[in-house]
Amino acid sequence: MKKYIVISSVLIFMIAFACRKDQTSHFNSFTTPSYFPATSYHFETNQITEGGFYLGKKLFYDSLLSIDNSTSCGTCHIPTSAFTHHGHDLSHGLNGTLTKRNSPAIMNLAWSNSFMWDGGIHDLDLQPISPITNPIEMGETMDHVVAKLKQQPNYKNLFLKAFGTEEITGDKLLKALSQFMLMCVSNNAKYDSVKRGQTQFTPTEQAGYNIFLQKCNACHNEPLFTDNSFRNTGLKPSILNDSGRYKITLNDRDMFTFKVPSLRNITYTAPYMHDGRFYSLDAALEHYNSQVMNMPNIDPIFRRETIPGIRLSADEKNKLIAFLKTLDDRSFVTNPMLGENYSPR
Amino acid sequence: MKYFIVLAFLSVLCSCHKQDAHVKTGGMEISFVNNAGSQKITLGNTQYINSSGETFTIGTLKYYISNIVITKTTGEKYIVPQDSCYFLIDESNASSLKPRLNIPQGNYSSLSFMVGVDSLRNTKDLSQRTGVLDPTNTAADMYWTWNSGYIFFKVEGNSAASLQTDKSYRFHIGLFGGYSSGTINNTRIVSINLSQKGNAIISSGKTSHININADILKIFNGTHVISIANSSVIMATANSADVADNYATLFSHASTINE
Ligand code: HEC
Ligand code: HEC
Repeated sequence: MKKYIVISSVLIFMIAFACRKDQTSHFNSFTTPSYFPATSYHFETNQITEGGFYLGKKLFYDSLLSIDNSTSCGTCHIPTSAFTHHGHDLSHGLNGTLTKRNSPAIMNLAWSNSFMWDGGIHDLDLQPISPITNPIEMGETMDHVVAKLKQQPNYKNLFLKAFGTEEITGDKLLKALSQFMLMCVSNNAKYDSVKRGQTQFTPTEQAGYNIFLQKCNACHNEPLFTDNSFRNTGLKPSILNDSGRYKITLNDRDMFTFKVPSLRNITYTAPYMHDGRFYSLDAALEHYNSQVMNMPNIDPIFRRETIPGIRLSADEKNKLIAFLKTLDDRSFVTNPMLGENYSPR
Repeated sequence: MKYFIVLAFLSVLCSCHKQDAHVKTGGMEISFVNNAGSQKITLGNTQYINSSGETFTIGTLKYYISNIVITKTTGEKYIVPQDSCYFLIDESNASSLKPRLNIPQGNYSSLSFMVGVDSLRNTKDLSQRTGVLDPTNTAADMYWTWNSGYIFFKVEGNSAASLQTDKSYRFHIGLFGGYSSGTINNTRIVSINLSQKGNAIISSGKTSHININADILKIFNGTHVISIANSSVIMATANSADVADNYATLFSHASTINE
């Protein structure tokens, strides 16, 4: 008897699966572009489904996740700005209070092995607890958010579609948010078309690319444009005196080091650096040319020249900027599937 | 399809097998009594005095006990399985103070446990962080969100000696050694010899009660002298290791009652 129950339930499962496949026409599942490295995220414990992705998206744009229902993840991570807080050096949170850092892009996170500017969070699933419970970001408790969601008529059904149960729990909420964020893959910039052999760089872009490979790629490693390492780029500490990764490891060698940010969608993600101190790309590049502060642990790469830094002439900067603009991915920042108003059929 | 049938059979077989390999077990209750010197502590306004002569109150006292290992008089060790070896001792919650375990019969003469949560569990998938380790629930105030990791030991209260404007002192000690690049590791292993005050005799249908005293005053002078005036707030900083050395010295065996 037992055997038949098992067999028939397996059958039902398979049929259910087969049916679901037909419905996913609007939802493009996660794929790794051929020229990208292997992903870091643990998909084996959180497989992306259309239901999970859609629930995650709903949560991402829902200000119910904040104490006064004023702020959603999308408030500081705006899709049209590659999920950064456009125009804000330090992101604004509840009642206009400032966070301590510039909000980074939510982009290609499946390839990240640590999160935040200091890498303090090692698992994407655990990341949202930080903004949700931070008093100046969303000021909530996970418990209370779950309680609020339980009172919303639509969420039961969304959790059911995502996880096969109406039960709303903190860990499911977090897994769903991960599913949405993992789907934010940017790989349709001009650079990508060139990689795929569909188009070519202009001569200026090509010249910029060559300079980039020589002077920047050691840290902003293509095709993700980050090597996920932490480096001290000689940015003069501001009055916030943010010690960066030192706070996490308590090792002196990590003093003022920050995660190498990806340079994809760079035009959309201004202002720049962990505290958003530079409002233009030109200013960011000029930093490398003339403003690297000589601290004991600045990255050895900057010591290749007598005066620490990376010399860039005006011409080189222009060429670099021309190349960096080929990393802008319009289809990513305007992707309706990732925007607030998309919903499945 | 065939594979599924085979799989189904296999899983049925497995479940039968488990019941066959049955070892007789009994209960063990480790009871933690949090003291200040020889006096049981009371949360709230009661004043205590530390070795630096500072008076202080205790408002919150919580710590993780994990990775329990007990050793028989024969030297044979029993390692409490991972799925049942994490406990949050919370002075404000009486039922949390007496972790209960099911262990194989025998005469046990020593006990060891970790104060804290090991690096492996600190980096486990969310789905395996249930009960006292659920950062979205019970562990919410014993978890650093910005430096993903558990707070192993938390003691908070007020003291006239505090330099904080609100006269509070707060020690939140965590750090498990780091995920990718190393940092300090504040987990500590405590070993307790039971043979002086009574071995734990475990037999089926019965429970052995091991009473452990934790002298909270030693947080201030177990190995290193820590004064509230010098360090009113100790969290993820280098001197947290001093507090960890101190919490490794809190525990002593008071008695064993074998039912
Ligand atoms: C008040 C603005 C604000 C809100 C609201 C906010 N964030 Fe952020 N987010 C930031 C800032 C600032 C950082 C960088 C923090 C740091 O490095 O310490 C960040 C970092 C992140 C990162 C790390 C990205 C990386 O590459 O390291 C992720 C992921 C993220 N946020 C997701 C979310 C989610 C999910 C929510 C909603 C639950 C959310 N954020 C709400 C401002 C915000
Ligand atoms: C030694 C490693 C290293 C090298 C080499 C390097 N960068 Fe960076 N870059 C970083 C780090 C780390 C940051 C973040 C610094 C911070 O915010 O504290 C950064 C930030 C940036 C930013 C700001 C991005 C943002 O979203 O905020 C730009 C633009 C940039 N780099 C461009 C370049 C260019 C162009 C080159 C080559 C001329 C270059 N970098 C070379 C490590 C490096």
